[in-house]
Amino acid sequence: MTTGWLAAEAVEVRRETPRVRTIVLDVPGWPGHRAGQHLDVRLTAEDGYQAQRSYSIASAPGERPDITVEELDDGEVSPYLAEELRPGDRIEVRGPIGGWFVWGPEDGGPLLLVAGGSGVVPLMAMARHRAASGSAVPTRLLLSSRTWEDAIYRDELADLTGRGDGFEVVHTLTREQPDGWSGYARRVDDELLREVAWPAHAGARAYVCGPTSFVESVSRGLVDLGYEPGKVKTERFGPTGG
Amino acid sequence: MGFVSRGFHGRRRDEGPEGRVPPGQYLTDGFPVLSAGPTPHTRLDEWTFTVEGGAEQARWTWDEFRALPSEDVTVDIHCVTRWSKLDTDWQGVSVDTLLDGVEHEAAYALAFCDGGYTTNVPIEDLTGGKAWVAYGYDGEPLDPEHGGPARLLVPHLYFWKSAKWVRGLQLLDDDEPGFWETNGYHLYGDPWREQRYWGD
Amino acid sequence: MTMTSQTADMRLDGNAIGGLLLGVFGVEMTGAMATCGSCGMRGALAEAEVYVQCPGTVARCPACGSVLLRVVESTERTWLSLEGIRTLELPIATER
Repeated sequence: MTTGWLAAEAVEVRRETPRVRTIVLDVPGWPGHRAGQHLDVRLTAEDGYQAQRSYSIASAPGERPDITVEELDDGEVSPYLAEELRPGDRIEVRGPIGGWFVWGPEDGGPLLLVAGGSGVVPLMAMARHRAASGSAVPTRLLLSSRTWEDAIYRDELADLTGRGDGFEVVHTLTREQPDGWSGYARRVDDELLREVAWPAHAGARAYVCGPTSFVESVSRGLVDLGYEPGKVKTERFGPTGG
Repeated sequence: MGFVSRGFHGRRRDEGPEGRVPPGQYLTDGFPVLSAGPTPHTRLDEWTFTVEGGAEQARWTWDEFRALPSEDVTVDIHCVTRWSKLDTDWQGVSVDTLLDGVEHEAAYALAFCDGGYTTNVPIEDLTGGKAWVAYGYDGEPLDPEHGGPARLLVPHLYFWKSAKWVRGLQLLDDDEPGFWETNGYHLYGDPWREQRYWGD
Repeated sequence: MTMTSQTADMRLDGNAIGGLLLGVFGVEMTGAMATCGSCGMRGALAEAEVYVQCPGTVARCPACGSVLLRVVESTERTWLSLEGIRTLELPIATER
């Protein structure tokens, strides 16, 4: 674990959706991370001005700490990371941070992952960790996105589903749906949760991540369904473009 | 230090017209909402404003408060988080009006608020036309997110002194640091001398 | 001027101060169990209600709303008040 700032170099950038990009970081001295943890990014301008933000680590433990960044309309750091930054550029990072909102196969399941928009990032680290460790813990990921084009990692999630190892993905598209869409087409509400979530008697662990209002509505809904409050872990991202 | 991220500039920082914006501040178009807790929602029929620590307690209900003479003022405001907003329009009751008729020898006041927030201001900085209890912004009732039904307005000090959801003033002989002043923010908070933190 | 309600979404949780606490304490703190000095509720700091930039940072008990901790950071110093926490419980730090 490191408490100080480390120099990181962007080695690759990968567009996920029109507003979202993954940055693959090379961080000498990176101590390793767990799925669900985040890191702090610090940027310094030439005049010494500094800005700092937190980003969830998208990659599985053992990999480099990739981050996936959504460009926020009024953002100061996210437009730089999501648009300007190029391979070879350097930023400072601190971490890994977070020991509560983490999951590993040893924590068992069944596992319910509920994501609002870019809240899917730390949950994707969990999904990737699960796949990389050959775990068969029954897992459902519910991803709420505005449109299909905005659904982050949708291809990789489809691949994970195709492995037949107990991983399922349910999408809901809240603003616009492609022609022929037969899936959910609304914000996650109690009824949708009831249909998608593991039943309470399964004793599932839930991780909920996204904007604050999304997280609170979903976690309340899960507890109302009978989930043990101690088994519903939350991470709030603050407001995101909606 | 020397570590620079190529191409990063940060938000465009408008330092504003000379002499209007204190050092280290930049202008904002919006009106950022900063809050140390959930927005209280005190009903107007339960709201009171109290001045304690004088010879007698002075107390106004909302209706009594709104019946006091009030003013329209246009002032610049400066937040310690570095944004400034020029020419903001407020409607409120001058603290001079509230202290008028309160017999006291206090040199300091501690403003107290719904939600538990407190902040300390010398009496001298609350009087002489320098401070108000504001109930209106831009001609509209003050929004709860911005401190409504009423907030303290002390524009010549950093804006954390303009306590939201203010419910009264406690008059004191000695300066008693409030919520942020006990935890690193400057006891006085003059933006023109950049008094942001202890020791500044 | 319309002032839209953003306050609810501006509230975060203890994960948001993980980096700050890591920098101050040198160990991961979001999993630390805090007992509220006001209502006695015990929970992970990750679950605290956190308000940032107000102008400092405040973490409140999710059960009763009392202030658990306050933080102010300048470029040179950090001021931290933990007076709202009766007890903090942490595991012995281990390498992972």
